[in-house]
Amino acid sequence: MPPPPFHPACKMNFKNLLEYLAWLYYQYLLITGIYVLEPWEKSIFNSVLFSAIAMVIYTSYVFVPIHVRLALEFFSGIFGGQPESTMALMN
Amino acid sequence: MTESPATKPADGDVCQRVKNGLNLEKNGVLKSLHRCHEQQPKHHCQPEEEEVHAASHHDSQYNRPFLESFEETPMLVAVLTYMGYGILTIFGYLRDFLRHWKIERCHIAREKEEQRDFVPLYQDFENFYTRNLYMRIRDNWNRPICSVPGAKVDLMERTSRDYNWTFEYTGRVVLDVINLGSYNYLGFAENTGPCADSAAEITMKYGVGVASTRQEIGNLDRHEELEKLVAKFLGVESAMVFGMGFATNSMNIPALTGKGCLILSDELNHASLVLGARLSGSTIRVFKHNNMQSLEKLLRDAIVHGQPRTHRPWKKILIVVEGIYSMEGSIVRLPEVIDLKKRYRAYLYLDEAHSIGALGSRGRGVVDYFGLDPCDVDVLMGTFTKSFGAAGGYIAGKWELIEYLRSHSHSAVYATSMSPPVVEQIITSMKCIMGEDGTTIGCDRVRKLAENTVYFRRRLREMGFIIYGNEDSPVVPMMLYMPAKIGAFGREMLKRNIGVVVVGFPATPIIESRARFCISAAHTKEMLDRALSVISEVGDLLQLKYSRRRIQPSLSLPCDDIVFEDIDD
Ligand SMILES: Cc1ncc(COP(=O)(O)O)c(C=O)c1O
Repeated sequence: MPPPPFHPACKMNFKNLLEYLAWLYYQYLLITGIYVLEPWEKSIFNSVLFSAIAMVIYTSYVFVPIHVRLALEFFSGIFGGQPESTMALMN
Repeated sequence: MTESPATKPADGDVCQRVKNGLNLEKNGVLKSLHRCHEQQPKHHCQPEEEEVHAASHHDSQYNRPFLESFEETPMLVAVLTYMGYGILTIFGYLRDFLRHWKIERCHIAREKEEQRDFVPLYQDFENFYTRNLYMRIRDNWNRPICSVPGAKVDLMERTSRDYNWTFEYTGRVVLDVINLGSYNYLGFAENTGPCADSAAEITMKYGVGVASTRQEIGNLDRHEELEKLVAKFLGVESAMVFGMGFATNSMNIPALTGKGCLILSDELNHASLVLGARLSGSTIRVFKHNNMQSLEKLLRDAIVHGQPRTHRPWKKILIVVEGIYSMEGSIVRLPEVIDLKKRYRAYLYLDEAHSIGALGSRGRGVVDYFGLDPCDVDVLMGTFTKSFGAAGGYIAGKWELIEYLRSHSHSAVYATSMSPPVVEQIITSMKCIMGEDGTTIGCDRVRKLAENTVYFRRRLREMGFIIYGNEDSPVVPMMLYMPAKIGAFGREMLKRNIGVVVVGFPATPIIESRARFCISAAHTKEMLDRALSVISEVGDLLQLKYSRRRIQPSLSLPCDDIVFEDIDD
């Protein structure tokens, strides 16, 4: 997959997807600063970061639907109880 | 941090561009606002990134456009840089914790057991930084070389098995690395040619030194000749030379000023000037980098209020500036400084360490660059370490000044005199620049350096890097910002056979890490082209092309009226 044309990476030409992913990983190393760390520190950082991300995704997958449903019920409890006539007035 | 109310988009259709020196941490908010009416009037005006010190209302004093730019740090980059330092700091604390509990070995100096309850020696931030950040990318600094540091240099290859705590030499040599790191502005760092030959000859005749001071038995005829030559070169009455540039500053300022005197010092002055000013015991006030409004305000305050408490007038006011600032690549606004100095009757101390030889059509430094009279500068100081490929420093000025220093300066009284071969190297190279050797080599080199500088800077800017400093300064700082990129840039460049200097904290503010290229007259066009293509390649690899400025044909045109505002107080 070549990077999209407007992407900063378009100045680099990659032979294949693997090379592109390696470049992305390199950017990740540089931006977070973990490029300078020793391998064991890198793996600690990566595992902490990825487990945090995984937890966020998991919790949102588990809890967001419930909260959304509760919120919907709550608001429909407030607005649903309004008499029809208010709507008519507003129109 | 780099954003301030003043850089927020201005309302309406007037696009205000903030032009100041460096980032606001250093420069406060004292700045000149340039109003630009011509920029997309309807469009919500983005904070304009580019900050150009155009030769504003003082145009008349400059014989050529004074273009100096310090593009602002992009917000996102600043945030990511702080984040990177944050992450590295956390790991630093982790490692310190492990070292403290002896889980891992500590390789660096620390208090002995017996000293445990004493005041801690290694606990301040700089030690933490050295231990936990600098050590990780230490392979980029102090690389041993094994050839003359000319346009190309040979490096001794070294590896580290314990992540830069110790190095091993592999015995191999990295040949012909293009040297973009030496202050070899005029290419006089050579081991062949007239300079080297005459230095060798003098060594045979005089030996390498007399191990005595100038005031005792260390005064040689070559020293006197050199002093006369320096005075002639600079166009002043008298000059005096010292064996070390750093000591020239730090020992002569105390001889010039003392208690009851005021030193006005640029905030980015070199450590030697700072040390000298502190040793002198005078009051020191710091003005914003190259900011004439700030300097004038300090001068005016000093004259109006006099010394604190007693309100007596200051005995002397000494303005201390440098010619080229080696970390920013900026050139001092000398015409304006001289103007102020004359108006307020202050003295001026100009350190030309980087500019002597490297600036001006005749290689006479900033004074020549601006076409001014050297007698307007009270104390001209410079070093022979850079352009002349030697070592040492000089002070030049009025005859009375030099005679006074001869008897009062510590480095004249106590320091051993300069080594004769070094003196000879300076004499030969200086004569070469002056054209006294009957060739045009010196002239050609000065011109070549100016050409190389303009070319290199223009190409880098076109590639989209953020470059600091003046168009004509041979010191070219290129911003890297992120801590990991300091290490990565140095390593990737060396892999491609280019030697560069990368600079980070404490030499620069913490987020403004940079690579500093020093252009030399010895660089050929091919070398520069090769270096530029490699820099571009590495720049793409590391995503260093931060600049969001369009390449404009002219920078000083769009500003029609200029308002100087003092929003400081
Ligand atoms: C502005 C300035 N002054 C003085 C010095 C000291 O000169 P030297 O290296 O000859 O001791 C330097 C050197 O780096 C410098 O940059």
